[in-house]
Amino acid sequence: MTAAPDRPVFDWTYAREVLPTLMDGLAITVQATLLGMALAVTLGLVLALMRRAPLRPVSWTAALVIEFVRSTPLLMQLFFLFYVLPVTGVRFSPLTTGVLGLGVHYAAYCAEVYRAGLESVPRGQWEAALALNLGRWRTMRDVILPQAIPPIVPALGNYFVAMFKDTPLLSAITVVELLQASKIAGSATFRYTEPLTLVGAIFLGLSLAAAWAVRRVSASGR
Amino acid sequence: MIDVADLLPPLLRGLWMTLQITAGAAALAVPAALLAGLGRMSARPYLSWPSACYVEVFRGTSALVQLFWVYYVLPLLGLRLPAIWAGILVLGLHTGAYGAEIVRGALATVPRGQAEAATALNMTPRATLWRILLPQAVGMMLPPAGNLLIELLKNTALVSLITITDLTFSAQLLRSETFRTVEVFSIVLVMYFVVAQVLNGGMRLLERRAGRYRGRA
Repeated sequence: MTAAPDRPVFDWTYAREVLPTLMDGLAITVQATLLGMALAVTLGLVLALMRRAPLRPVSWTAALVIEFVRSTPLLMQLFFLFYVLPVTGVRFSPLTTGVLGLGVHYAAYCAEVYRAGLESVPRGQWEAALALNLGRWRTMRDVILPQAIPPIVPALGNYFVAMFKDTPLLSAITVVELLQASKIAGSATFRYTEPLTLVGAIFLGLSLAAAWAVRRVSASGR
Repeated sequence: MIDVADLLPPLLRGLWMTLQITAGAAALAVPAALLAGLGRMSARPYLSWPSACYVEVFRGTSALVQLFWVYYVLPLLGLRLPAIWAGILVLGLHTGAYGAEIVRGALATVPRGQAEAATALNMTPRATLWRILLPQAVGMMLPPAGNLLIELLKNTALVSLITITDLTFSAQLLRSETFRTVEVFSIVLVMYFVVAQVLNGGMRLLERRAGRYRGRA
């Protein structure tokens, strides 16, 4: 199939028509990214703390989970959650399943970032907290984490941008996010050029803006 | 009743396709990364601008969006690629864009004196690059390149969405034929994990061999 001779390669009128549909998809994409990242930074911290636990079985389990999640494809993990969770009796909406998949996948990456942050806190801080008779929990919450987290904010920001760019994978488990919205628009008219190109442009614009914001934040932190 | 052993042959065929696409895309990504990485460092704008555009566009958009664009939009513009070539092309260029930043970062860590010494010895810029700078930078490139190779392996799962029968697509086929969802998907996840560990080990061997070229400041 080739383009009809009377139709331009890129039809701006049609592009403007599909834009509202794409914006609905973008809202889902943004929602999935924000919720996924909230889950990833929380679960990532839990994994990082488990990784440092003095109990061997706990730290080994965390290490295995991190390595396994990091070395298998996100798409396959999403399919696993989407088809296996219902078998076990858990019924989530596709979007919830997608947020869970994104969150768990990036939690493994965030855990490694937290680990670097925790290792950068000088040993003396632990010793001083011990000398002041602070408990393990208070030491972690009030002494170690406030020093470990600010330096790793840029690295977490980079994973935020990366997760944003991975949200199109949710289209494979029937979530109508930005990419799926454009495919639906395209399949209704058999004109994919405008919707898919717009999606590319939107992703490029937003991720360049986000990357710039991350650089700004990391520059102001120094 | 289907035995778990019967699930393996179709999955292994899918795994073979996944490995071929990984190899093909990696073979494209290495020259793309070197060209764009060096191009971006060039003082000539007609080299640095196209390189910067390539890197930013491929890093700034999603791999799946790029794949769909090449698979659905290029045919409308008159260029029809078989799905497998579209997959290799997009994944290769996508990975190459990330690789370009690795090349750039690694070259920046070679001490300035090395290039100055080469100039003082009257070496041509080409010889300086190939015989002095790159051999020392390779050791710095390999660890992040190893991570990138794992990312590439994981990204090949995306080609299942443009009808290529890779490991992920085979898993979906087998799931709908046998309804052994848990077994099929668990085997496939373990297969990806094992391949990733093998690639990791291979890259570590390479790192050990490349370390000896590194000079002093």
